[in-house]
Amino acid sequence: MKLLIKNGHIIDAKTGLNKVSDILIDDGTVVQIENGIDSTGCETIEAKGMYVVPGLVDAHCHLREPGFEYKEDIESGTRSAAKGGFTSIACMPNTSPVLDNEAMISYVLNKAKADGIVNVYPIGAVSKGLKGEELSEIGELKFSGAVALSDDGRPVNSAALMKKAMQYASMFDITIISHCEDMDLVDEGLMNEGFYSSILGLKGNPAPAEEVMISRDLILAEYTKATIHIAHVTTELGVDLIRNAKRRGVNVTAETCPHYFSLTDQACEGFNTNAKVNPPLRTQKDVEAIIEGLRDGTIDIISTDHAPHHKDEKNVEFKLAANGMVGFETAFPLAITYLVKPGHLSIEDLVKKMCLNPSNMLGINKGSIELGTCADILIFDINEQYTVDISTLESKSKNSPFHGFKLYGQPQYTIVRGNPIVREKVLL
Amino acid sequence: MNLKSKDLLGLRDISSEEIEYILSTAKTMKFILSSNNKKTAHLQGKSIITLFYENSTRTRLSFELASKYMGASAANISASSSSVQKGETLIDTGKTIDRMGSDVIVIRHPMSGAPHLLAQNVKSSVINAGDGMNEHPTQALLDMFTIIEKKGTLKGLKVAIVGDILHSRVARSNIWGMTKLGAEVGISGPATLIPPGIERLGVKVFSTVQEAILDADVVMGLRIQLERQKKGLFPTTREYARFFGLDDKRLKLAKEDAIVLHPGPINRGVELSSAVIDGEQSLINEQVTNGVAVRMALLYLLTRRGSSNEIID
Repeated sequence: MKLLIKNGHIIDAKTGLNKVSDILIDDGTVVQIENGIDSTGCETIEAKGMYVVPGLVDAHCHLREPGFEYKEDIESGTRSAAKGGFTSIACMPNTSPVLDNEAMISYVLNKAKADGIVNVYPIGAVSKGLKGEELSEIGELKFSGAVALSDDGRPVNSAALMKKAMQYASMFDITIISHCEDMDLVDEGLMNEGFYSSILGLKGNPAPAEEVMISRDLILAEYTKATIHIAHVTTELGVDLIRNAKRRGVNVTAETCPHYFSLTDQACEGFNTNAKVNPPLRTQKDVEAIIEGLRDGTIDIISTDHAPHHKDEKNVEFKLAANGMVGFETAFPLAITYLVKPGHLSIEDLVKKMCLNPSNMLGINKGSIELGTCADILIFDINEQYTVDISTLESKSKNSPFHGFKLYGQPQYTIVRGNPIVREKVLL
Repeated sequence: MNLKSKDLLGLRDISSEEIEYILSTAKTMKFILSSNNKKTAHLQGKSIITLFYENSTRTRLSFELASKYMGASAANISASSSSVQKGETLIDTGKTIDRMGSDVIVIRHPMSGAPHLLAQNVKSSVINAGDGMNEHPTQALLDMFTIIEKKGTLKGLKVAIVGDILHSRVARSNIWGMTKLGAEVGISGPATLIPPGIERLGVKVFSTVQEAILDADVVMGLRIQLERQKKGLFPTTREYARFFGLDDKRLKLAKEDAIVLHPGPINRGVELSSAVIDGEQSLINEQVTNGVAVRMALLYLLTRRGSSNEIID
């Protein structure tokens, strides 16, 4: 089957392609990028006035399967991803059982092959059972298909274990994604420590809880020469620490998430549990620093940290509410609306941060549109505004603080291996 | 005048006019309280439920007596002897109470925001009787009532609140309420117990108790909880008393006619010396009486404002 995308403005960060052109896809592969390709015998998508970019790559999400299928499963999670323009997603291992061995990685890969509609890449656990005590079988995880390692959801508390994990993982050339949080400093904090925690009477989780752990892992990475990736960076000092480490030549990449450049801790007002997330939403000053970090390249990646939770886990007292928010279906429009529209990033920059860089960090050879590669593509209209309605989310869970937000850049088409699974904003 | 909301969740959410209206109604209620026959029919046919997830002596009894003095049916539920022990959620418990025909649910809960969650899910009026570290609006109302009774107004008065401000719902409600009525509020306490950014509410933060008390019209001590010491927030109660405790000597820094308040229960010799507690400037016992009057006023105003909770939809 041949698919022809006509007259779209193609932007690709890897090849530097930035022009209006047609793309011909044959049997799932990009075979021609030129103007005026003959459409005979092709299914045609008219993309005039729209941007055509690589399918998004998410380096950080929670698909909840196995173990928490009442929140999300691989089928619903990949459908939600597709709706949001993601064609490749890397899922965290904090499932039940934990993805800390070869059998579990194979399970997810097989399940994804059967039920998934986008490419799924499991991330293995750093420590057995995420307990932070003993290393998991990192070599076997790598060879069974884990694309990175992380105990995400919690930090590796022991600095000594983290150091060993870095040394050991380096041997297999696999990146450790660090969830940075000093639990002593978090001390049961429920939201960012600051004015809003003070007036809501909610226990504060101070920025240093994140920053102390970022510094620890940067120091260990410099010492071990390991490659690490700092997950969900949220604070001004956190950005600065990473900027400095990069200057020192540390092999570090960093990510932030859309909620950290579009919301502040003020969103917790009214005890809004949908704004409860870990790390917590910070202050306006931090939001500005995150944007600056994205702008100057300190922050390489925008990931979703898609964290679905059942309604019953959010419709409770703030203290009891689960941390996290769904993210697949709002991530790209938030980036367009809060980063591209105000001129902080170009579309090409955004394609780097949501396609090429996450793909490179995970080592999965995705995130670009070039001849001979698999046709994973996103087509969007930057000018069309829409209103977020959480009841229409494809995810099983609806825990989003963005209900009612007016955003731009909703995905019009998501194409996986040449197959348009989202057409005119409708998921097939 | 009617209160705007069906609930009283905090003084943050209500206007200065509403606060003044509650306080002036409480004046009438205090008159009733001081009469020989403490019984009125203001709440006849109404049911008031106190739902307490934390221990309490004075607040709970105060609400219960306020209800009974005005002829309401009153019942208590405490977390230790209810379905809460069986894992029932707050919303489910609230709906159950609501469906039995409660008009007002008075809730105390260790988690900030719990009354707000309850209020969104029941038809009954909800009164916050203390939620976590957030607010304790009826305590602040009775504090303000006590001050106004003595001083005539809050406007322009200098109020010093001393102690564990960070964990104090009493302090937060008083800051919201008193600043709305024009008082100049200063706070002081160990640096580990001052909430960050609180000065944005228009309060002054003093690092020494002496500065806070200087020329104050009102000095309020807050309870220091021993478990805060165990968490390392201050070294010992002895050191606390030395630097932040209020004794006769320190009280002399305040205005000569300054009054002393404390929400209770007091750690004698820690927040306040016994001489201060039992001294002439102390209105601590008067606060307790006023608490009943303020709660009578509030129950009356909330049940009066709308239709009662009719069980059948």
